Amino acid sequence: MLNIGGLTEGVVLDHIKAGGSMAIYNYLHLEDLDCSVAIIKNARSNKMGKKDIIKIEGKNTLDLDMIAVLDPTITINIIEDGKIVEKRALRLPDTVTGIIRCKNPRCITSVEHQLPHTFRLADPQKGIYRCIYCEQAFKRQ
Amino acid sequence: MKHLISPLDLSVSELTDILNLAEDIIRDPGKYSNCCHGKKLATLFYEPSTRTRLSFEAAMLNLGGSVLGFSSADSSSAAKGETVADTIRVISGYADICAIRHPKEGAPLVASMYSDIPVINAGDGGHNHPTQTLADLLTIKILKGRLDHLTIGLCGDLKFGRTVHSLINAMVRYPGISFALISPEELRIPTYLREGVLMKNEIPFREVRTLEEVLPDLDILYMTRVQKERFFNEEDYIRLKDTYILDSKKMALAGPDMLVLHPLPRVNEIACEVDSDPRAVYFKQARFAVYVRMALILTLLGLAPKQSESKPESEL
Repeated sequence: MLNIGGLTEGVVLDHIKAGGSMAIYNYLHLEDLDCSVAIIKNARSNKMGKKDIIKIEGKNTLDLDMIAVLDPTITINIIEDGKIVEKRALRLPDTVTGIIRCKNPRCITSVEHQLPHTFRLADPQKGIYRCIYCEQAFKRQ
Repeated sequence: MKHLISPLDLSVSELTDILNLAEDIIRDPGKYSNCCHGKKLATLFYEPSTRTRLSFEAAMLNLGGSVLGFSSADSSSAAKGETVADTIRVISGYADICAIRHPKEGAPLVASMYSDIPVINAGDGGHNHPTQTLADLLTIKILKGRLDHLTIGLCGDLKFGRTVHSLINAMVRYPGISFALISPEELRIPTYLREGVLMKNEIPFREVRTLEEVLPDLDILYMTRVQKERFFNEEDYIRLKDTYILDSKKMALAGPDMLVLHPLPRVNEIACEVDSDPRAVYFKQARFAVYVRMALILTLLGLAPKQSESKPESEL
């Protein structure tokens, strides 16, 4: 496996669907961080065949649960003193606002742009979110 | 404060109370003729409507209240770019209750989030139309005598037909309901209803392409119009608009007690010759809509009498 330096302290976002890392990078606004951020694309994975990984150095206050909405397969490893001290599976939040957008042209949000785009978790097993206004399902890329 | 945005906003018990109250109003309308004296209903119609707007207005007038509002987006501040949220905050100071129709899905929900008065969804795009559902349920309850153990055929535009979506959501809560879904491939019910409501609740249903194959089995046939205003492409509309036409020949295949409902307006999907068939009840359905909207207005304004005062004698 490709290894981009070991983290002493930080977060590793693992099992990102191959090709999905840039969407996560953009959503978390990682470009605004001063610390080192490594994106590994198409890494070999026994479980997934190919996967992406993001490594973020240092302590941070990122709201990581919300990225489950974009990709529920992601796992999070918290690193301290060079060791994984916590492996965290993401929990799908019941509602999400301002993360994903409703693309239904018939939805009120398509004409009233000041409205927050809010989705409710309609099917926790399948991870399906629906727009609270028009009930259109959010389709992941 | 309660709003009616989705048919599921009312529990089965609340629904029963409203239908019982509507039946009591039909029996003795004079008893309710002054219940809303001094109250105002605002009708905010951003989309053309005949039946729904006028029946809401008739309902409020029958209750002794008054009405104000607009009947198209062009004649409101929406034409100047005002948002639904701002409009409802202003209207909240002018009226006691409001009914809103909007071409965009979710607009009534937005209104309810910013409103100080009860909001009734009078139709939002292809999404929901809960007061039409109340009218449908009252029609079935009165003319069939029950809301359970029915085979219901839904025919026409099941994709964009908001009345169909609301009726399915409401009927799956009663025992013994099954559906025959009759539509062209392009206008099948949305996945969220097929999977999220019918399959999830283990409701028996079958999807077919022709009326003939299900007509003999139906207790209710709910016809719908293919709605021109829901299509982005006129060619698709023209190709699909006359897929189903119910005529006397097809009615001969149906049972003697099957009822034909239609939310109206009807275009070509029911031939005029069917109107004289006693099983065609769509004009009665439009009349019942006024009574059930009266019951809803009374309920949302907190003016409904206690159920013992409005229950049918048979249930006392």
